[in-house]
Amino acid sequence: MGSKVLMKGNEAIAEAAIRCGCRHYFGYPITPQTEIAAYMSKRMPKIGGTFLQAESEIAAINMVYGAASTGRRAMTSSSSPGVSLKAEGISYLAGADLPALIVNVQRGGPGLGGIQPSQSDYFFMTRGPGHGDFRIIVLAPATVQEMADMTRLAFELGEKYRMPAMLLADGTMGQMMEPVVLPGEETDPEDVLAGKPWATNGTGMKRAHNIVNSLYLKPEELERTNLERFERYAALEKDECRWEEYMMDDAEVCVVSVGITARVSKNAIVAARKEGVKVGMIRPITLYPFPKEALAKAAAKVKSFLTVELNMGQMNEDVRLATNCAKPVAMCNRVGGMIPSADEVLAAIRKEAN
Amino acid sequence: MAKLTFREDLCKGCGLCVQACPKKILELSKTKLNHKGHSPVECTRPDECVGCASCAMMCPDCVITVER
Amino acid sequence: MAVVFQKPKSLTDAVLHYCPGCTHGIVHRLVAEAIDELGIEGRTIGIAPVGCSVMAYDYFACDMIEAAHGRAPAVATGVKRSLPDRIVFTYQGDGDLASIGLCETVSCACRGENVTVIFINNAIYGMTGGQMAPTSLVGQVTQTSPYGRDPKTQGLPIRICELLASLDAPAYLERVAVNTVAHVRQAKKAILKAFKNQVEGRGFSLVEVLSTCPTNWGLTPVKACQWVEEKMVPQYPLGNFRDKAAEEAKQ
Repeated sequence: MGSKVLMKGNEAIAEAAIRCGCRHYFGYPITPQTEIAAYMSKRMPKIGGTFLQAESEIAAINMVYGAASTGRRAMTSSSSPGVSLKAEGISYLAGADLPALIVNVQRGGPGLGGIQPSQSDYFFMTRGPGHGDFRIIVLAPATVQEMADMTRLAFELGEKYRMPAMLLADGTMGQMMEPVVLPGEETDPEDVLAGKPWATNGTGMKRAHNIVNSLYLKPEELERTNLERFERYAALEKDECRWEEYMMDDAEVCVVSVGITARVSKNAIVAARKEGVKVGMIRPITLYPFPKEALAKAAAKVKSFLTVELNMGQMNEDVRLATNCAKPVAMCNRVGGMIPSADEVLAAIRKEAN
Repeated sequence: MAKLTFREDLCKGCGLCVQACPKKILELSKTKLNHKGHSPVECTRPDECVGCASCAMMCPDCVITVER
Repeated sequence: MAVVFQKPKSLTDAVLHYCPGCTHGIVHRLVAEAIDELGIEGRTIGIAPVGCSVMAYDYFACDMIEAAHGRAPAVATGVKRSLPDRIVFTYQGDGDLASIGLCETVSCACRGENVTVIFINNAIYGMTGGQMAPTSLVGQVTQTSPYGRDPKTQGLPIRICELLASLDAPAYLERVAVNTVAHVRQAKKAILKAFKNQVEGRGFSLVEVLSTCPTNWGLTPVKACQWVEEKMVPQYPLGNFRDKAAEEAKQ
């Protein structure tokens, strides 16, 4: 059992990454996640790791691509506008089947937007974090503890399925401070090199050369690599969905939310229950793979769904898809950095209950 | 004494070796085509080769091996 | 009789796809010769660009990584920071290094990353069919400068060695050509030095190689070599722009 520390969400990610053997961080300052870079700049030199403030988010993701090619656990972090810049690099990581951790602490958009929290990169991250047919693992933490725990999970799942993984937090998760228990035992950074026969780390004149690449000019070959990749995604969807159910046993209204809005919704649900409203919540932990089955099961029992999101209606569409529109899927949303209060969510719940 | 060996199948008939040869003893074949349709290089007077390897140095396709 | 010249071991048996007379083949060979002579094939990782040499990963026998257009120096940085005892090189064309990747090139040089960059300057974008490059000459007709490069709207050519020489960090900057046997010999020396620098941990080394593109210049391979001499060398003078190892030796 490790130590319990009061930490900021951003810093919890950084420390957790180090404890699971990540020694290579490449990043660029952008609000509201710069604390990750600042923390790494202090910690990494002390443990012989790499902290590199790259010339841009584009350079940073490409440095991650290089580091990941060698088999090392490497990561970068940014916020929405910076993640737009990384789209090309993320596509290349996916096309070369490389594991890596990308952290997106979302802020209001589009464009330069604002610096307050949002969840408006949901489509971007779950559908097309870059060009081409591919997905990345997307994890949505709702507590500082989850910011830490999901960092390790992101690396492990990414390596198991050979794909990039993202920690998709809203700005509040990055900025808030909560007690975190960090693992006492640390992963040796050399140990993470094992089990990666594809890595480009020098042939040692003992094997044929490895090529990390996503270019396949012959259509038959490119099709084959795409199909093979999607077989891995199918396995991921089957085995790695994670979600939390809260008061769902007799729920007639099902709230679906992540991050800060899930926390606010919990308070609203407690208040609603006091009024006798039968409401519960399904909180996805993996946004890709999306917990479709859990939602489909709930659709058989509830009267309606209510997504609570910091965007103009993104996860809402996934709930409709997962439930085949069997029941109405309403929405309680704020954008631009505004966060709905528990009262606002309560009003929306009441509306659905009637 | 020097000997040139040519990988005829790799020659693209670019002529850089012909240009580079100080003894002017290389020529692109006027009669042969390789399987890619190029006129491969030939040494017209092998006895005069001094093994300077200028031809091999200018060849982009490692067609020529030089022994001396 | 002994073999005095043969194909280097660190080139694979893959047949080069380059156009007849394209000097990519010469430079690939010089890089492979340097790797052979330093005995570093087993610990070398090369990074291929986007451009005609995108498939360089098939031609070198060491581990290879395909990078996004212009990003090779950043990828090289990621590799080198992960495995500092490996030898890391990038091989890039003029679009890759001097246009889309200019920021990554300058930043990598500025950080003094201990990597080796081979820069193929043929004043044109070959792979995509002959468009203007940042290194295209004034008046040069290309697909995107059909009336000749016009300084008013299309700027003036960029000299990479001179640009990087304004930075303190780079350890070795040299411009060479491969259009004559004598130049090929000098190019080989420079490329060997650029790799040796990395082995000795001296920092960022770049060799700019004036190269030909017979197909898109509309010239025969032999005439293309002459064009390098007559037109490119006056714009891009050959020679050394930084040599920290030599400076150290003098002291």
